[in-house]
Amino acid sequence: MTAIAQPALRESAGVNLRRLLRALLPALSLTLVLAAIAYLNPRAISYFGFNLMLNLAVPIALATMAQMFVIAGNDLDLSIGTFVGFVCCITATWLRETPLVGVLVLLGCIGVYAALGALIYLRNLPSIVVTLGMSFVWQGLAILLLPKPGGNAPDWLQAIMGVKPPIVPFPILAAVAIAAVGYFGLMRTSYGAILRGAGGNALAIDRAGWSLLKAKAALFALTGVFGVLSGMALVGITTSADANIGNGYTLLSIAGVILGGGEFVGGRVSPIGAVIGALTLALAASPLLTFMRIPPDWQVAANGAILVIVLAARILISQKGSDQ
Amino acid sequence: MTDTVARLAGKPWIWSFVGAGLVWLAAIAFTGGYGGGGMLTAALSLSVFTVVVGVGQMFVITLGPGNVDLSLPANIGLASAVAMKVMGGDDRLVAVGLFAALASGVCVGVANYLLIWALRIPPIIATLSASFIIQSIDISYGRGLQIKPPPGFADFTNIQIIGVPLIALLTALFTLGAGIALHRTVYGRSVLAIGQNIRAARLAGLKVEPIRFLTYSICGALGGLDGALLAGYFRGANVDIGNEYLLASIAVVVIGGTSVAGGKANIPGVWGGALFLVLLLTMLNTFGVSAGLRLLLTGAIIVAVITAAGGQKATR
Repeated sequence: MTAIAQPALRESAGVNLRRLLRALLPALSLTLVLAAIAYLNPRAISYFGFNLMLNLAVPIALATMAQMFVIAGNDLDLSIGTFVGFVCCITATWLRETPLVGVLVLLGCIGVYAALGALIYLRNLPSIVVTLGMSFVWQGLAILLLPKPGGNAPDWLQAIMGVKPPIVPFPILAAVAIAAVGYFGLMRTSYGAILRGAGGNALAIDRAGWSLLKAKAALFALTGVFGVLSGMALVGITTSADANIGNGYTLLSIAGVILGGGEFVGGRVSPIGAVIGALTLALAASPLLTFMRIPPDWQVAANGAILVIVLAARILISQKGSDQ
Repeated sequence: MTDTVARLAGKPWIWSFVGAGLVWLAAIAFTGGYGGGGMLTAALSLSVFTVVVGVGQMFVITLGPGNVDLSLPANIGLASAVAMKVMGGDDRLVAVGLFAALASGVCVGVANYLLIWALRIPPIIATLSASFIIQSIDISYGRGLQIKPPPGFADFTNIQIIGVPLIALLTALFTLGAGIALHRTVYGRSVLAIGQNIRAARLAGLKVEPIRFLTYSICGALGGLDGALLAGYFRGANVDIGNEYLLASIAVVVIGGTSVAGGKANIPGVWGGALFLVLLLTMLNTFGVSAGLRLLLTGAIIVAVITAAGGQKATR
């Protein structure tokens, strides 16, 4: 969480406080959602309750992490949802029946992502359009592979996703692990700094002798890796796949990154924030709204409203800080 | 090489028409020349719906990086329901219904802008959040809505003059007007200037915020109009009626040669892009490919076209 507040140079205390507040905002919004749930239904705050409520949080967090890498490079991946769906279909069919083929295809998918990154860089293409086109490709492939919902997740995957560790529910442990991997990989390694630099100041990275082509390909490949993990986690929970299963993840993942303090330009992202954003969305998406007895018709609207409120709070807090 | 580059720079929209022509030729080559005219007529009709929202999206995208309207599908869905409910199947109320659909669209556009301006939310997230809320309104407002469009209105969307749909002609006039608005009016030139450099535009004394407000409102209004037209053409409103126009509206803008980075717009390209997309689907349908393969090919061809057309050289 202190990731954003880290480069604290000699600045006035007010700016520092604002930065701290801003960095803490994702956590604050999560706390707020949790408090609301605790108030509405105290029994939900338990080992069993969290297991249920955060059921789908792991794949959402992984998809958000995937999206974060693309956003770090000033791009946007509008295909991550259908990609997750496609990975689900592969995992529930080929990875179970012929594991070797399944693994090769999934690795191939990551390769496709790296190639997309290279293509977008080399031809200077708008990532929104390329990934929008790719979303059709993934969905088409998924439908070809699994025209009807079905398949069966590999037993080992179901076992992993169904683990019940003592005291702390599995989704929370998984989220902490995902956040830690993202944080150390992107914020604490030297190549992570290069990757963020490619989004923050591409020219400077280029002049310093680093290959922007490699950086872009690496960012997209990482998105592919986490997309694959997200799909596998999702199908490990649902046990069977459907070509449309991941469609909602595109918007959820973008919202999660932004909710977690990321910005669309400038390589400013926060892995820990992204995971917290994903958890907030996972909780706000249905458990909170169900407890608030919001009719299903208006649940989508409530999601939109929550997004607006959190972002508005963030803007209000950071308004002065960003004007300098 | 420089010659090609110069030509590309001169007419960025030409490729979308070349592409549209090629897929049409491929389709009639497959049918042995049968139904080529009918295919064009149908393509012109269907393109209209993409062109109308495409023009709105183009103005928004031209405002500069990050500006995009993701609320169009929800906007179209709501407006289609509003139009059908207000018209109530009565031919005398068509004008009122169209007005209501436009008003509903303008409200959406204004709401989008307010989120962007007052709360300083990035347009992508603002329009996305707005679309969630609009979708809910539409679901609860349009539940079980089974109102057919007034017969006169439904027929109007299908009138043809020597094989050319009337709405396509009207839309052609509309795009002509949009072209004039873009290149010859203070408003259009301000949009371009803001897209090229918002800071310079502001320093030059342009009223940046009113222009952005107007642009999002116009885009919303066009979405609303599109919803009413779609409901007339497809004989009824539907929550999902606008879903495909999220991709389509952005794709036609970009295929047509408008810069995603903003500041460079292209009206003829929107027509070219729309015809290309519709004819591409027609071609794949004529080939009789399965749903999965159709999606796969559509996506692959869009990516290929974008790659071939190439991005703008980054200005440094």
